Amino acid sequence: MAADDGIKAGRLPPEQYAKNFADLHAPLSRHEAAVEADRCYFCYDAPCITACPTGIDIPMFIRQIAAGNPKGSAKTILDANIMGGMCARVCPTETLCEQACVREAAEGKPVKIGQLQRFATDALMAVGTQPFKCAATTGKRVAIVGAGPAGLACAHRLAMHGHDVTMFDARPKSAGLNEYGIAAYKAVDNFAQREVDFILGIGGIKIETGKALGRDLTLDALTKDYDAVFLGMGLPGVNGLGVPGEDLKGVEDAIRFIAELRQTKDLAKLSVGRRIVVIGGGMTAIDVAVQSKLLGAEDVTILYRRGIEHMKASVYEQDLAQTKGVRIKHGLQPKAIIGEAGHVTAIECEYTSEKLGKLAGTGETLRIEADMVFKAIGQTFDGDPLGGLVALGSGRIKVDAERRTSAVKIWAGGDCIAGGKDLTVSAVEDGKQAAESINRFLTTAV
Amino acid sequence: MADLRSTFVGIKSPNPFWLASAPPTDKEYNVVRAFKAGWGGVVWKTLGEDPNIVNVNGPRYGYVHGPDRRLIGLNNIELITDRPLQVNLDEITAVKKAWPDRAMVVSLMVPCEEKNWAGILKRVETTGCDGVELNFGCPHGMSERGMGSAVGQVPEYIEMVARWCKAHTRMPVIVKLTPNITDVRHPARAAKKGGADAVSLINTVSSIVSVDLDTFSPNPSIDGKGSHGGYCGPAVKPIALNMVAEIARDAETRGFPISGIGGITTWRDAAEFMTLGAGNVQVCTAAMTYGFKVVQEMISGLENWMDEKSHATLGDFVGRAVPNVTDWQYLNLNFVTKAKINQDLCIKCGRCHIVCEDTSHQAITSIVNGKRQFEVIDAECVGCNLCVSVCPVEDCIDMVEMATGVDPRTQRPISPGKSNWTAHPNNPGRKVAAE
Repeated sequence: MAADDGIKAGRLPPEQYAKNFADLHAPLSRHEAAVEADRCYFCYDAPCITACPTGIDIPMFIRQIAAGNPKGSAKTILDANIMGGMCARVCPTETLCEQACVREAAEGKPVKIGQLQRFATDALMAVGTQPFKCAATTGKRVAIVGAGPAGLACAHRLAMHGHDVTMFDARPKSAGLNEYGIAAYKAVDNFAQREVDFILGIGGIKIETGKALGRDLTLDALTKDYDAVFLGMGLPGVNGLGVPGEDLKGVEDAIRFIAELRQTKDLAKLSVGRRIVVIGGGMTAIDVAVQSKLLGAEDVTILYRRGIEHMKASVYEQDLAQTKGVRIKHGLQPKAIIGEAGHVTAIECEYTSEKLGKLAGTGETLRIEADMVFKAIGQTFDGDPLGGLVALGSGRIKVDAERRTSAVKIWAGGDCIAGGKDLTVSAVEDGKQAAESINRFLTTAV
Repeated sequence: MADLRSTFVGIKSPNPFWLASAPPTDKEYNVVRAFKAGWGGVVWKTLGEDPNIVNVNGPRYGYVHGPDRRLIGLNNIELITDRPLQVNLDEITAVKKAWPDRAMVVSLMVPCEEKNWAGILKRVETTGCDGVELNFGCPHGMSERGMGSAVGQVPEYIEMVARWCKAHTRMPVIVKLTPNITDVRHPARAAKKGGADAVSLINTVSSIVSVDLDTFSPNPSIDGKGSHGGYCGPAVKPIALNMVAEIARDAETRGFPISGIGGITTWRDAAEFMTLGAGNVQVCTAAMTYGFKVVQEMISGLENWMDEKSHATLGDFVGRAVPNVTDWQYLNLNFVTKAKINQDLCIKCGRCHIVCEDTSHQAITSIVNGKRQFEVIDAECVGCNLCVSVCPVEDCIDMVEMATGVDPRTQRPISPGKSNWTAHPNNPGRKVAAE
């Protein structure tokens, strides 16, 4: 066993951490933004708008940048997506707006919509003015469970309509996965909290943190105390691997590790293994793999059980991981986690083959040494705190197109709903649609 | 290999690219650098009488930028040379002696008295230069003193001064015209009547390039105030091309030598001016934007094009487009075109659709069989070319001639013959064809 093996903090020279976890993309300068904005064709019925889950008028906001009107541009963005700032940083634009950009078809180089969106929203947030106002108060009160993207988007839109909003969140800080679940280099300088402050700047929204549904609150009581309830509590559980050795020390939930990393002030004090294996194929797998590498892990390998074309992480994210020195091995599934003295030392995996859509082990195995194994194979919903008040579907909350649950007065959105896309931008859209539906309900109900 | 040698009103130069009278030709240092870079000739920055004029000590130039700060238009409030006359004359003499094969024309501007013109011409002749250019063009500053465009705007003055100059010098006299008039043919005719050897055009266009919205001062701002300047660069090229063509096809000035000026940036611009009748061209803004080296691209580009098209000499293509410039009334109304969108090249931006829908003839679809698709509706298409103008993809939309059959828009058979407005039934003043 080499001296460097095991899980250790301070693998890097102290000054290296800040460099490794700096902004993934430097923000565009004013001139860069002007040049990039000029590449936009201002398409008719632009495909990028359709591709955006929140339907931002992208050609218009880009034209406003080109015309030297970044604040107007930001207003256009925030009209459709109040978290336009975070989405500019974390959206997989390469599979959304930028994939639909006609310049992608024309030359394989779409307009950098995400970076332009950041330019505009940063410009507005630097000034700090809230471009939206609360309507005259309606006296109606709405409770929101979960102060993540869905809840915050819902709250802001409700406040615009003059409703009084109280948000509850189980964690000590609001912003949900923006605060706890996104790679640090995508939201530097405390952006998640700055964005929350910006959203709350509209007024009329109260947040109570440290209050969890099922522990400190009941849905039944909320529906009695408030005129409407929005559920946006996300996915608290993590899927298990279901292989021997899962309980060994060093086998961790990726989500938990990312949350810890995000809340660690001095990253030199955060321990990480020398050889790391990540199981999974989504964004979380990439985020934990890349950040482990940036913390100084020597070998980081992502194991994905199916062919690479099935990975949920976009090609861009895969490229990013590989550029940072992460190895992606696909067609391999975990068979057993092997340990010594209670601690993981290796993982045994089996090659897979896929026939007619059915994945099966080939019998051939591979052993990869590891002192840390991250599980990033998806999160699970916990329906217990709902007390059976709303119907579930596919293990999550069932909603209609307006994000109404089966219960009158209760709406839901974000990762906790069935059919959720596990994207910040989709959660924002859920919150926005739900707020509009709640508003209709509150203003027309007899 | 194409022969680029140029002879313009008897003045020889190794190529048709001259630097126009402007800041780049203000002194020996610059002109020598220009000749080293390959320019065929220069028109020396306009000389005036002593005491030398003074320039502002604040910004002289204003600009119009494209998004990448590409200079599309430049304006200036610089006056004629601000150095003593003798200094300039000595330098002109030295340069001409050192570069005998390059054209050396001297631009002049003095008050409108015969003795003033006679006096300066006598002194300029001593330099050994090849010709003079009368600056009747600058619209700013000097015009307030009765010179520059103040002369160029009065054909009688042009004729008078041209006549004086021809009487007082053996050298070729080129009259530089201002575009700040309503009909450029009148000043050109006056120059010819006065006996001038050629005209050169255009000088700069009167302009305010921008206003500072914080200080409410026009730009360039001199202590909070601005004065109109002369506009030049790529933005003015279409205006210049038309003026050159107007003179080239005017019955009174047809064949009168023209030196083409106005936004020439590449060999192609130069070739276009020359096909419209310019015997050579003068360049300023391109050099002021990129330096003198640009002439090398112009030489190489023109050479390659001439070789490709088998034009052995400049004379082979000068003026070739002139017969094709005509009045609107003579355009063939039987010529029918329809836009055709190449679906393989189309990137589906929809710009053709929205401009046609909003501002033209509702002749381009946005949806076909439920899919985003842009197709021309021949029954609505008037062949206007707006879709081609806005399409971001080269060659994606073509204007295709409909030579036979029935125009689905008008339901009229397409006639193989030509017909124009002069004989159109809707023309109250139509001419009936002779029996």
